[in-house]
Amino acid sequence: MIVRIQGEGQYEVDEAGKGRLEEIDGRLFSAMEAGDAGSFQAALQEAVGYVEDAGRPLPAERLTASDLILPARDTSLEEAKRLFSDEGYLKPVEA
Amino acid sequence: MKRMGTIFGAKMNKVLDRAENPNETLDYSYQKQLELLQNVKRGLAELVTSKRRTQLEADRLQAESQKREQQARQALAAGNEDLAREALQRKQLIDGQLTGLSSQIADLEQQQQKLTDAEQRLQAKIEAFRSQKEVIKAQYTAASAQVKISEAATGISEEFADVGMAVQRAQDKTQQMQARAGALDELVDSGALTDYTSNQDDIDRRLQQVTDKSSVDLQLEQMKQQMGLPSPQEQPQLTEGEKTPQQ
Repeated sequence: MIVRIQGEGQYEVDEAGKGRLEEIDGRLFSAMEAGDAGSFQAALQEAVGYVEDAGRPLPAERLTASDLILPARDTSLEEAKRLFSDEGYLKPVEA
Repeated sequence: MKRMGTIFGAKMNKVLDRAENPNETLDYSYQKQLELLQNVKRGLAELVTSKRRTQLEADRLQAESQKREQQARQALAAGNEDLAREALQRKQLIDGQLTGLSSQIADLEQQQQKLTDAEQRLQAKIEAFRSQKEVIKAQYTAASAQVKISEAATGISEEFADVGMAVQRAQDKTQQMQARAGALDELVDSGALTDYTSNQDDIDRRLQQVTDKSSVDLQLEQMKQQMGLPSPQEQPQLTEGEKTPQQ
């Protein structure tokens, strides 16, 4: 599967890692909804760290969509909330 | 996470709906990509400029801190401990601001590096899109072309979303820094930190008074000696050459 870490590019992660990532992803989402900054940070570091360690960077010239997109490592809880709202950062895309 | 992917996907599909002829879409999309790349480059350039400005501000604060320390030494040498303490207190205030500013600059430097890498990835993807688009145009059959176009457009749009966000985040950080620099200016205006752009401030003036005074005292003393008058600190019976006053 292809995973993007925002600001870092895309990684290819073996299908075997999918379950693990989805589990962390679930915790990340509940922490955000609960407004629990501590758990959010912990889960985010774990997810990003896992992808960096277990994944292989995708060549820059590969044109493919990601299956999963993780916020940047230094994303705050507040930023993440904005990111997931419809008026987040994702406006400039029009290519 | 799925939600995020959905937003990206929706934005990308808009591009594909724009033109009926896939070949036209490809060329249009490529032109748009080149324009957007220019925006990213501009964003990066602005970021570099702001960082330089912040660095200059930090350099000036650093110089100001050194100046305060020098003032404290001068005041101590002149025997005015109160003035020395005051100079050191101001130095401490400045150093506090400096620490915050320095860590923000370091953080911004890191952002800039990441953004430069991201821009390069984007450029590689645009180039890949350009060559893929020529291949797709040459082999155009409606059904297969749509799939390939969709893949390529999705991949590149995601990259644009990513870089666009990175630029936005870096700009936010720069704004925070500028707000901080603005707050510093207010501190200077309010007198909590004196304006280090003027050549003389109150500590300078008072230091000058202290040194002026001791210099005047010294000259007075020399004059008195030449005229054979008794110095106020010395007992009249002291012989010439004995410097230690006997109280």
